[in-house]
Amino acid sequence: MVRLPYTTALTTLFSYGLLFVFGQLRDFFRKLLGWIRKPKDQLKGYAPICLGLEDFYVRRLYLRIQDCFGRPIASAPDSWFDVVERCSNDNNKTLHRTEKTSRCLNLGSYNYLGFAAADEYCTPRVIQSLKEYSASTCSTRVEGGTTKLHVELEELVARFVGKEAAILFGMGYVTNSALIPCIIGKGGLIISDSLNHNSIVNGARGSGATVRVFQHNTPSHLEEVLREQIAEGQPRTHRPWKKIIVIVEGIYSMEGELCKLPEIIAVCKKYKAYTYLDEAHSIGAVGKSGRGVCELLGVDPADVDIMMGTFTKSFGSCGGYIAASKEIIQYLKFSCPAHLYATSMSPPAVQQVISAIKVILGEDGSSRGAQKLARIRENSNFFRSELQKMGFEVLGDNDSPVMPIMLYNPAKIPAFSRECLRQNVAVVTVAFPATPLLLARARICISASHTREDLIKALEVISKVGDLIGVKYFPAEPPKHLNQGHNKLE
Amino acid sequence: MALAMVNVTASVLNWVSSYFDAPTRAVVFGVPIDGHLVVEALLVVVILFQLTRKSYKPPKKPLTEKEIDELCDDWVPEPLTPQITEDMTYEPPTLESAAGPHAIVNGKEVVNFASANYLGLVGNEKITDSCVGALEKYGVGSCGPRGFYGTIDVHLDCEQKIAKFLGTPDSILYSYGISTIFSVIPAFCKKGDIIVADEGVHWAVQNGLYLSRSTVVYFKHNDMKSLENKLEEVTRRSKHPEKVRRYIVVEAIYQNSGQIAPLDEIVRLKEKYRFRIILDESHSFGVLGNSGRGLADHCGVPIEKIDIITAGMGNALATDGGFCTGSVRVVDHQRLSSSGYVFSASLPPYLASAAIAAVDYLEENPSVLSKLRTNIATLFNELSDVPGLVLASHILSPIVFLKLKKSTGTGKTDIDLLDSIAKQALEEDSVLIATTKRSSLDKCKLPIGLRLFVSASHSESDLLKAAASLKRVAALLIS
Repeated sequence: MVRLPYTTALTTLFSYGLLFVFGQLRDFFRKLLGWIRKPKDQLKGYAPICLGLEDFYVRRLYLRIQDCFGRPIASAPDSWFDVVERCSNDNNKTLHRTEKTSRCLNLGSYNYLGFAAADEYCTPRVIQSLKEYSASTCSTRVEGGTTKLHVELEELVARFVGKEAAILFGMGYVTNSALIPCIIGKGGLIISDSLNHNSIVNGARGSGATVRVFQHNTPSHLEEVLREQIAEGQPRTHRPWKKIIVIVEGIYSMEGELCKLPEIIAVCKKYKAYTYLDEAHSIGAVGKSGRGVCELLGVDPADVDIMMGTFTKSFGSCGGYIAASKEIIQYLKFSCPAHLYATSMSPPAVQQVISAIKVILGEDGSSRGAQKLARIRENSNFFRSELQKMGFEVLGDNDSPVMPIMLYNPAKIPAFSRECLRQNVAVVTVAFPATPLLLARARICISASHTREDLIKALEVISKVGDLIGVKYFPAEPPKHLNQGHNKLE
Repeated sequence: MALAMVNVTASVLNWVSSYFDAPTRAVVFGVPIDGHLVVEALLVVVILFQLTRKSYKPPKKPLTEKEIDELCDDWVPEPLTPQITEDMTYEPPTLESAAGPHAIVNGKEVVNFASANYLGLVGNEKITDSCVGALEKYGVGSCGPRGFYGTIDVHLDCEQKIAKFLGTPDSILYSYGISTIFSVIPAFCKKGDIIVADEGVHWAVQNGLYLSRSTVVYFKHNDMKSLENKLEEVTRRSKHPEKVRRYIVVEAIYQNSGQIAPLDEIVRLKEKYRFRIILDESHSFGVLGNSGRGLADHCGVPIEKIDIITAGMGNALATDGGFCTGSVRVVDHQRLSSSGYVFSASLPPYLASAAIAAVDYLEENPSVLSKLRTNIATLFNELSDVPGLVLASHILSPIVFLKLKKSTGTGKTDIDLLDSIAKQALEEDSVLIATTKRSSLDKCKLPIGLRLFVSASHSESDLLKAAASLKRVAALLIS
């Protein structure tokens, strides 16, 4: 949990207040000038396509630090990559690409097992499947878009995750937002964690069911909400709910925390609610053999009703899957709109996932999979403990490869990002609206392809930058040799 | 006895009246306090006391823990999915080769009319080479959303290329075809806005309209008179027409019926009633128009008049993903507020380079469009006299749509009949045709039918074979 120091909260609020006041002043002058100049005839009678209020945050706050986001790269998102430099002539309002690139250490891409760049086992097979099946099937799964590769991957995913059957989709976002309306509708209840991803929120909204939120990762509050809702029934009519689904994520991408899965499953079983687990960040990255949070926390996959995951993060491909019992998957293949109307997953991407899973399971005949899994665990734990020793406020649990470093102040966001880039380390900084207003942070994603030297360099740079801009909110542990000297004297 | 009572009563009365008529005992703030004032003050106090008492209502008792426990034990949820019936066990044909004009299904070679491979780019050498180059340089996935190092230079090149090809200022890439339209609509339409949409739009558009929470009015499928009536009605009813954003949402080629929207009519109506157009060109980009630039080119409408154009690239361009194009303001707004762009990983770089290669191919070989048009005309001609089925699509549409002349009774029997026609055509004549499938969440009421996707790489014999097979099977199965 985040412990926001009082003075930091005050200074952050003050900074945002100042930015807000300046923004309003500039808006006022802009309106004045617009009133003086004549309006264009073309737009007469039309309401503006983007209302002024919606854009305020974008125009006055985001544009100032626009160069910290959306940085283009010119190579594969591996552990070292080329970041394209951009320049601006009009004070950051528009950015133009230049031809120059700089080689930076990548701490921002979701490349947990290092499959992002060309891999010695996967890439030849992917190119083979590209030549055989071409880049796209131009058709939906139910018409002419199912190839042998899709069938093979569905069986492999089901075996890997430990469920009976699986179904594939071409994009992780669509998996959630087109699937939730299929399994629940009006008269049902969705209870979702307060920090769930936007795709789940969209899917829940699109389904027409009632949505309630429980406090992040708190099984006791979930139990309270469940008891209250079952006793009350549907709003206004008080009829009993048709079904209740509880949606949680394996690793929360903005907190780096693991979900308290065993307790939540126990609560859901007691009250007969269905569980839906979104393992977008945890499949392949945690667990002894990469099977996700269920393996790490010792939960039987049969206890979770629906398990969802994506292939973008740990497998270096694109798309998503749902794994559940045979009946549920059969029903989804019949009625899920993303299966019936969307172009099927591109065959080379399917082959990449098949090869990646084979490497992880060790079925390619080598032990690279086990090595990668061990390396990512070591790397994450080493990095997190070193950062904490330096005095940074780092969130997240042990073993999780996502670690946010708290920044809080709006001015520290571009400072951290630009300073690190100047020293050839590329980090990701996140602010409102992806996180609450006062809790801006920098998020580090560790990969199995980072070597020990890479991590040590990153730690040096981050430590220097942290001292420069003042984000070491906790006292640093003194280095070991000083302690020993002290003992000797006594 | 009676005398004693009378005496007591009289003395009490005397005592009370003496207090009433007593001389002023005190003067408070210049007001003499007489005896009767005390009684009146007491009366006022009693009235106030009664007013503040709550009226009698039976007290509300919250449920006790035990009662909640009982309710929780009694409650029985429905199963997560309904019982699996016979028609839910449909298994689609599995391809064992690329989805070109000839594909291999179950070891046999079939003529493939189920892939929307309009320009015949599946298996094209140049596109495959550019994909191989991209795979070796960038790997498969892009490992991040566009805001966090997921923007690769091929994405920016692709966006520039599409914008230049269409003649618009800028464009934005999405990572999946159907997510394009259902992310664009909620980014521009919020609660209180008015949308007039065609009733035959496909599920992704319907989902976008639902998520936007705006007021949606549907007009009859491809009927301009109905559109004009609805626009008139909506403008009349709206109180502040200048403060509310109003949109018309149509598709260029409807995938539920194969009709083409008359864009010049729609633009005339839009300018008359001051609406904006959102046009989905998934099946017309690369197909209609002299140079393949889509419906605006085909109808001779300048592209600036259409406010927002979206398209999925999974059809003519033989790749995956989607794009949206329009003015600079439209495109920039989406980079921060379109959920399918901001919260999702970006398009794999090899698919973006395939899109660039496909657009290059289209610019260099415009003759492929005339080949496609000839094929469509041939097939349309051949299929005009199939027994029991009637052509429902536009004569220029690459989606040739056949629906049943007479329904067999219920929707379910119609679906079964069409499925059996397709199945027999595949097994006996090796022609792969698709029937339209409707999800239970789809609100479109247009009739289902058989869909053939014509490609420029189909040969004449392929088209004749398909037509002959359909005629034979339909004659057998439709009584």
